[in-house]
Amino acid sequence: MMITSRRLLNNAAKAPSRSFSTAKKFSLPALPYNYDALSPVISGNIMELHHSKHHNAYVNNLNAALEQYADAESKNDVGKMIALQSAIKFNGGGHVNHSIFWTNLAPTKEGGGFADPKFHVVQAITKKFGSVEAFVTKFNSQTAAVQGSGWGWLGFNRNTHDIEVITLPNQDPLSVTGLVPLLGVDVWEHAYYLDYKNARPDYLKEIWKVVNWKNVEERYLEASKK
Amino acid sequence: MTYELPPLPYAKNALAPHLSEETLNFHYEKHHRGYVNKLNQLAAEKPAWAGKSYEELIKTESGVVFNQAAQIWNHTFYWKSLSPNGGGAPTGKVAELINEAFGSFDAFKEKFSAAASGHFGSGWAWLVRDDNNKLQIVSTHDAGNPIKDGHIPVLTCDVWEHAYYIDFRNDRPKYIATWWNLVNWEFANSNLK
Repeated sequence: MMITSRRLLNNAAKAPSRSFSTAKKFSLPALPYNYDALSPVISGNIMELHHSKHHNAYVNNLNAALEQYADAESKNDVGKMIALQSAIKFNGGGHVNHSIFWTNLAPTKEGGGFADPKFHVVQAITKKFGSVEAFVTKFNSQTAAVQGSGWGWLGFNRNTHDIEVITLPNQDPLSVTGLVPLLGVDVWEHAYYLDYKNARPDYLKEIWKVVNWKNVEERYLEASKK
Repeated sequence: MTYELPPLPYAKNALAPHLSEETLNFHYEKHHRGYVNKLNQLAAEKPAWAGKSYEELIKTESGVVFNQAAQIWNHTFYWKSLSPNGGGAPTGKVAELINEAFGSFDAFKEKFSAAASGHFGSGWAWLVRDDNNKLQIVSTHDAGNPIKDGHIPVLTCDVWEHAYYIDFRNDRPKYIATWWNLVNWEFANSNLK
């Protein structure tokens, strides 16, 4: 079953809000597969920590920041509102990015790793980069080079109607660039350390075995609609 | 001139059980050594900066060269900020200056821990001396180093995930609580002479 991140986020937003709080409450989306479904590419150990600890913390901290923001706003405390913006960007970005990431991955028995040549996004990739392999090489080389923590992205540019490979630092969501996210790869150390230690390039080489090309195609078709 | 990896000030198992041998093995042999290897690779192309000291490179370079030089320096400083005989309350000059700047060791401990736990993403938490001879807590992002701002580093805590993931997984606050068991006050005082 394919779950787009929009549906996940919508489900999250329907959580009931307390009558005295005007803050939006987000919640941790369920994974579309079991924790060990992507093993051995990404172990169950990592998936469980990554989802139930890291992503969960972004959600909780986002909610806390938004609650404080609503409070500051109600008191017209603009200074406080501004001070909270980095926490909202960091935790909100973390929530958005990871929500997309879980849908970008799938077990091999559900199509993970299969870049179907019939897919429009695969055809766009082949046209722009020469082949899927050439695209992967470029994506991995740029993403491995991220200094510190960040993400590698394949995004869609609605202005040029073209796909682009770009990296972003920390938890900055792709939306800050105006691009529509198609595929993101987390290269924070927590995403791979227990399985690959410092060998980020090895993780990047292996992860393509579980990339959910059906989801990437879904996102591409949605983004490229006129 | 080849850049060299300075030796660890103690055996890889010396900080156990606080920080495991496995952590020190990966942190020192893979990450710290990795930065040295990369800098040497870049230096082999004989650019103008090759042969300059880490401090000079930190002050004058940017991008990938800065990242390697700063991370080599930062990690060397980090190993010295820890000691198998460390921990407990500060003594000497650093204790004086801590009380002056923060009121008490406990107050300083709380502030430093908050800075280290609260840093978004990769980076470092530092105790530094500024040009008014006052102690300050600063955090730097990724490979950032306070020398660039003209501060004198006194102690540092690495908050990149690789520093604590093996022993503490996502629990950075628990790692920082452990850092206090290893903090090398002797080294801190040597930076205040």
